Amino acid sequence: MKSLTIFDVAGRAMAAQQVRLNTVASNLANVMSISGSPDNVYKPIKPIFETQYANVPGNNGIATVDTVGIEASKADPEKRYEPNHPMADKDGYIYAPPIDQNAEMVDMLETSRQYQNNIEVLSTAKTLLLKTINVGK
Amino acid sequence: MNAIDKFLKQDGTALSLRQKRLDILGSNIANAATPHFKARDIDFASAFKSAIGGGDLVTTSANHIEVGGSADSADIKYRVPVSPSLDGNTVELHVEQLQFAENATHYEATLQFLSGRIQTLKSALKGE
Repeated sequence: MKSLTIFDVAGRAMAAQQVRLNTVASNLANVMSISGSPDNVYKPIKPIFETQYANVPGNNGIATVDTVGIEASKADPEKRYEPNHPMADKDGYIYAPPIDQNAEMVDMLETSRQYQNNIEVLSTAKTLLLKTINVGK
Repeated sequence: MNAIDKFLKQDGTALSLRQKRLDILGSNIANAATPHFKARDIDFASAFKSAIGGGDLVTTSANHIEVGGSADSADIKYRVPVSPSLDGNTVELHVEQLQFAENATHYEATLQFLSGRIQTLKSALKGE
């Protein structure tokens, strides 16, 4: 990566938050994805964020963020005894994905707040830049 | 350094320092959710002082070396968090938002001053 403008910084951060929002949506959508076997249960996913520094001589403190990967949770699926469930295995158990709905909602709010913050940075930078273009007029 | 450069240097330097600080604070906000990211900032007052020249030092001869550096050499420091978080990230959104807003306002103020100076120059040139 070469030099970064503030538009790159905020834009890529927004892209990263968008990925995070997608994972939250995916997790929330699959809360009720019941399975008859522990291996086929949906695994909650989380993005991995990493700071990307501008590659210029002398660290100038400018850095953006990229999603470097999406990790599936290693938590065990929830095992429930429901022998009458159509998906139940031969011992009468069904398996639900280990999704903490409250934590996902908190994540969603945080994501939305940070996305908004980046928009704010972007629009402030844009306004200032436009004013700078017209300086002295 | 010619007269016009001298006339515009102070506000020009302030403006590029403000721009630099805007970039850095924008980076902090972008990395608000990145584990282990350390928030950074510029101490504007001292950076400006060192960029504009060493206080009472003046050049009285054309052979003297110009005092002061430029906005590019500003010292970027690490922010000390009020309440550090467990993931090693030192960005505190309220602090960053406050600093960002303050910096944007000062940027605009500097722009006004610079605009005023340019207007002055223009009217001097026209001789109206």
